[in-house]
Amino acid sequence: MVPVTHIVFLSTALFFIGMYGFLTRKNLITMLMAIELMLNSVNINFVAFNKYLFPGHLDGIFFTIFVIVIAAAEAAVAIAIIINLYRSHKTIDVDAASELKH
Amino acid sequence: MSGYEYSIWILLLPIVGFVVLGLFGKRYFNKSAGIIATALLTASTILALCTACQYFFVNGLQNEVYPKVEALQFTWLTFSPGVSIDMGIMLDPISVMMLVVVTFVSLMVHIFSLGYMKGEDRFATYFAFLGLFTFSMLGLVVSSNLFQMYMFWELVGVSSYLLIGFYFQKPSAVAASKKAFIVTRFADLGFLIGILILAYYGQSLDFNAMIQTLSAQQSSGYLAITSASFLGISALTWGLTLVFMGGAGKSAMFPLHVWLPDAMEGPTPVSALIHAATMVVAGVYLVARLFPLFSLNGVSLTIVLAVGLFSALLAAVIACTQTDIKRVLAYSTMSQIGYMMFALGVSGYTGETGLGYTASMFHLFTHAFFKSLLFLCAGAVIHLVHSNEMKDMGGLRKYMPITHIAFLVACLAIAGIPPFSGFFSKEEILLASYNKDMLVYIVALLTSGLTAFYMFRLYFSIFHRKAAPDLHGHHSEGTFSMKLPLIILTICVIGAGFIPFGRFVSADGTPLQTNFHLMFSILPVIVGLTGIVIAWWMYKKETGKAESVARSLGGLYSASKNKFFVDELYLFITKNIIFKWIGRPAAWFDKKVIDGSMDEIANGTLEVSKSIKGLQSGKVQRYAMFFFGGIALLLIVFIYIWK
Repeated sequence: MVPVTHIVFLSTALFFIGMYGFLTRKNLITMLMAIELMLNSVNINFVAFNKYLFPGHLDGIFFTIFVIVIAAAEAAVAIAIIINLYRSHKTIDVDAASELKH
Repeated sequence: MSGYEYSIWILLLPIVGFVVLGLFGKRYFNKSAGIIATALLTASTILALCTACQYFFVNGLQNEVYPKVEALQFTWLTFSPGVSIDMGIMLDPISVMMLVVVTFVSLMVHIFSLGYMKGEDRFATYFAFLGLFTFSMLGLVVSSNLFQMYMFWELVGVSSYLLIGFYFQKPSAVAASKKAFIVTRFADLGFLIGILILAYYGQSLDFNAMIQTLSAQQSSGYLAITSASFLGISALTWGLTLVFMGGAGKSAMFPLHVWLPDAMEGPTPVSALIHAATMVVAGVYLVARLFPLFSLNGVSLTIVLAVGLFSALLAAVIACTQTDIKRVLAYSTMSQIGYMMFALGVSGYTGETGLGYTASMFHLFTHAFFKSLLFLCAGAVIHLVHSNEMKDMGGLRKYMPITHIAFLVACLAIAGIPPFSGFFSKEEILLASYNKDMLVYIVALLTSGLTAFYMFRLYFSIFHRKAAPDLHGHHSEGTFSMKLPLIILTICVIGAGFIPFGRFVSADGTPLQTNFHLMFSILPVIVGLTGIVIAWWMYKKETGKAESVARSLGGLYSASKNKFFVDELYLFITKNIIFKWIGRPAAWFDKKVIDGSMDEIANGTLEVSKSIKGLQSGKVQRYAMFFFGGIALLLIVFIYIWK
């Protein structure tokens, strides 16, 4: 069996790759993808710890399904916002959308 | 049921006039305002006369005294079951007498104003204010308790302020109205404290209950108020003296008299009503109202006597040198009120000793007529000449025969020449002071002589002195409405002295038989005639006599002309002492410390927000960075530090 440290290592790597992508990319779609990476790293943790700590229970799995569903909804909303941003600003650069600071 | 319920309408009619004319006068009744106000006040006067008739003649004496009747009484404010403030109408000889005087003089002034104020911009407002004043003054005289009196006392102060400042375009009028308000307000501070002292020990604000509690020698209230002391003076003395301070402020007694001469900035009929006949005698009325208490307390009664006597003499001396005719009349008013005050001061409570009280009220009664007549005549003169200064007048008797006769009658009355009304009341005052103390009598006599002198100085300067001036075809004496009150008041001045006043008004309510002492009255009349003759000698013709007399008096003359520098003294105290040593440091403390600390808090907030506002950059990724940084920080805190 794969030791849990391997899986935690994978999910941590995935999370920080996602975080790096979120903080450095200026393209909103790329940033959205980075968020998905972070969410998925969390999902991996849920599944792994459910398997290793509480075998026979399904709570962690359910949480994962929840997260996937909500991520789908979030992606739909985010893309709608991006489309609107593109319509008004003709760009999807994140720094272009800074009007709310005033 | 007291049978006097209708007397509430005496008060309500003027206030109705005030509300209607005050709210709608300018727009709807600018022409008819005077007629409306006069009609309302006529009704009010008739009701007051009915009340007086019913009180003195129909109901009359009960058990040998005139009873104090509660015509109306209701609770206005209840603070706790024991403490409440009532409103009521109390009728007793002096309040009934004042009801008649106030409504009557006010009616005369209303009629006079119809002509005098014609064509004024704020014609309706003027009559509205007159209505407010009349209402307040009537409320004051019928008050059944001290607190109600205080409220109306302040209301007359306000209406006096409004009317003095009626010509608010003139800076001097504004200054005068402020001065009157501040000086009387300052005095009312004493009045309020006095009320609190008396009400605390008397357990009531109601006049009758309070006087009963405090004057019964064995009662606990009397013992408490006489045994409690502050600075070695008993609480009763303090209370009465402070109440008298309020009265002195309103009645322009020295040293609170400075506002009265300046109050002459108001329209002349107003001076006749407020600053001669009615409001300024409120102080005398107050002392008379609390007289059972004053008569128990020798110290406060002596203060009343001393202040009254000194004011009478001082004002008479000042009046001799003033050149503004209204100011002469103002000082003369002050002098006559001083007379009333010291008459109260020499009086006792019961029987024959109460002569001073009766005399004071009698003088108040007659003074109201002849002084308002003098002021209305002065108003007529000013209306014709358009000046207040004596030097612009002279020889006017040809143009204004009615005014001339009226003024002469009023002057004879105030000088105490028989058979005019002033003679009778003054004679009683002099008799009362003669019975009490020789010194008082001599000063009173001297004042009486001075009164005769300065009144006839005024008379000769206005109506004789020069040849008749050319007034450019401007010969009218004023409208009928201006002449009518003069005629009516002249009749009153001649007739009022023959009323057997002691039968109606006395300190303890039992009729007092005042005898006429022929031998006694000779000396005052001679003194009065001497004053008149000196005035005639100095002012009948335009010679240098007056000036040479003034020169020979030197310092006394200039001190008197400058009103003994009382105004300057007050200005020095307020400006150089109070403003400089209290006002300025207080202002500095307020600006630097109180405002300063608040300003610093605001500035600090501003600075902090300026320095951190860069954090809100609008860059989503910066926010995310802070977010992650914060999470990392929390993790470190929770994992390593806060285990």
